[in-house]
Amino acid sequence: MNIHEYQAKQLLKQHGVAVPPGEPCKTVAEAQAAAEKIFAAGHTLAVIKSQIHAGGRGKGTFTHGFKGGVKLAKSVDEAVNFAENMLGKTLVTVQTGPEGRVVQTILVAAAEKILKEFYLAVLLDRSNSRPLIMASTEGGVDIEEVAAHTPEKIIKEWVDPAVGIQPFQARKIASGLGLKGDAFNGAVKLIMGVYKTWWESDASMVEINPLAVVETPSGKEAIICVDAKIGLDDNALYRHPDILAMRDLAEESPLEIEASKYALNYIKLDGSIACLVNGAGLAMSTMDIIQHFGGLPANFLDVGGGASKDQVSAAFKIILSDPNVKAIFVNIFGGIMDCNVIATGIVEAVRETGLKLPLVVRLEGNNVAAGKATLDASGLTIISGDTMADAAKKVVAAVAA
Amino acid sequence: MSILVTPQTRLLVQGITGAFGARHAQLSIDYGTQVVAGVTPGKGGQIFEHRGVKVPIFDTVAEAVRETKATASAVFVPPPFAADAILEGIDAHLDLVVAITEGIPVIDMIKVKRAMQGSTTRLIGPNCPGIVTPGEGKDSHGGCRIGIAPGYIHKRGHIGVVSRSGTLTYEAVFQLTSRGVGQSTCVGIGGDPVNGTSHLDVIQMFMADPDTHGIIMIGEIGGSAEEEAAEWIKAHGTKPVAGFIAGATAPPGRRMGHAGAIVSGGKGTAQAKFDAFRAAGIGVSATPSEMADTLLKMM
Repeated sequence: MNIHEYQAKQLLKQHGVAVPPGEPCKTVAEAQAAAEKIFAAGHTLAVIKSQIHAGGRGKGTFTHGFKGGVKLAKSVDEAVNFAENMLGKTLVTVQTGPEGRVVQTILVAAAEKILKEFYLAVLLDRSNSRPLIMASTEGGVDIEEVAAHTPEKIIKEWVDPAVGIQPFQARKIASGLGLKGDAFNGAVKLIMGVYKTWWESDASMVEINPLAVVETPSGKEAIICVDAKIGLDDNALYRHPDILAMRDLAEESPLEIEASKYALNYIKLDGSIACLVNGAGLAMSTMDIIQHFGGLPANFLDVGGGASKDQVSAAFKIILSDPNVKAIFVNIFGGIMDCNVIATGIVEAVRETGLKLPLVVRLEGNNVAAGKATLDASGLTIISGDTMADAAKKVVAAVAA
Repeated sequence: MSILVTPQTRLLVQGITGAFGARHAQLSIDYGTQVVAGVTPGKGGQIFEHRGVKVPIFDTVAEAVRETKATASAVFVPPPFAADAILEGIDAHLDLVVAITEGIPVIDMIKVKRAMQGSTTRLIGPNCPGIVTPGEGKDSHGGCRIGIAPGYIHKRGHIGVVSRSGTLTYEAVFQLTSRGVGQSTCVGIGGDPVNGTSHLDVIQMFMADPDTHGIIMIGEIGGSAEEEAAEWIKAHGTKPVAGFIAGATAPPGRRMGHAGAIVSGGKGTAQAKFDAFRAAGIGVSATPSEMADTLLKMM
């Protein structure tokens, strides 16, 4: 699960991490009040940030022509103008696709004078199963570029999960970033807090980009998280009801939400061949084989190892609500699962939905003869594939026809 | 021979009284596997009975091991309690713990991995279909089946199969068996980002097993375990290996069903893994339909 920047900053703040003073606002009036508070506190700039899950907000454009999903305001009036142009409007960025996302919330925060930018992240290192803290002096830019071209500019520190992060590790990182004095001490506290946020929230990723040394209104140096992104381990949400409450359904595809109600794992894609498969690995490779033979998959759909008739029926309705779908490919390897149960589910679903599109079924495994007989006896036009490759070729041909 | 388990392996099932654990304990008994104990805390002293086989249930793994000499365990315990169940098996010095459970929090597994340092127990999984060493009987009956794989599709023979995905393992096994080619052992290492045993670990065991003559390695997007195995095979491989990687068409940044199947920060792509396979002389199956044929052509 992903959360918004303002929510990520709330979690970080709970763990003692310094973030700029600011508030999430859902109305222009709230934005005005938040901006007034920031300017009254002596700040000379406020930043107004659209809260959507996609990246590239700063360079994004709203569908009504307003440029920039992140803007700096020099006055309350300017902040109000930006809020009016963002709230309820649709923002298109490189990551949203052309349809964009409606901005429901904006973050209005103090924009302090940035003296130097850094990068900081905590993630799992899959190669040794340990938490990894990554930091770099190259902040505010794409870290993948830094890793590709100047890997020596990335500091890595692994944490022993048996003892947790030690202060000396945070000191090593702060020193590696070249920090001194107040900024050094601030960074040590901040790094410890960012790590604890990752660990205690069961996060998959905490990314602070940029982390920045700023000049506060009182003229002192401080180190704060200017932007923050947190991804969470879905499997651990059961023990974090407070974080689960941050889920924003408006940021998720309606079809994916519907699928999750039936314990179906569905991901919408842009192609024209819908797939219905059991098992994640087989579901992925069904998409791959469609592309291999020249088609484009419309979705990933794993009905799981013990799919029921109801799930098959729900799965059909979900894939058929995608208007791009021109044909359906059912690929089932019934190891333990009875192929005849699946076949019965398919026949019922086709009748219920009045399916007109070409349907190619590849059924293999337990009780497959009975399953195939059920499909044949149904009187429905079902194209049968002997192997995965045979079926994939047939479904690609059906779309091309 | 085989790797990890033999038809003589004495299996205990953690979570044997739950619907999922019970169903698969029954199927393992049907397959001819030596299911010697069950563990469900609070149900010690009860008996799990299936087709005349009486399996004693214990409150703790330690007690089950002491009473039945079980050496391997299958974990069917729900996610919130699974890490504890795995650690209990390690504490009881089992040779092998196979964690079938899907949905264990990553941090729980990070702790388990750390706690296992220095332990002699091998963990397979979690989020895996388990292990099958086919038997000599009809439909491979009499073999050791730990987990949830369909036993009957297997056939005793000389190909090792290792995979992160359950259904793709079955697909590969089915392709082999339909061509009359049997398997030494089939191992599902699981689809989670933190697992007990890697592709490389299993590949090394297959290379050292005189009864395994060829290997099918099935990977998927995410992480770099396939690349690490390929690198080792390039330097030390002595047997033909064919492979397939699932997820070439997966959109970056999305988790494709398995918690570990995600391309993040441009890392873990199918392309990089296929390239590593080719560089190591591993036969690349262009589609999942040709996994067995790709290997058989090399042998």
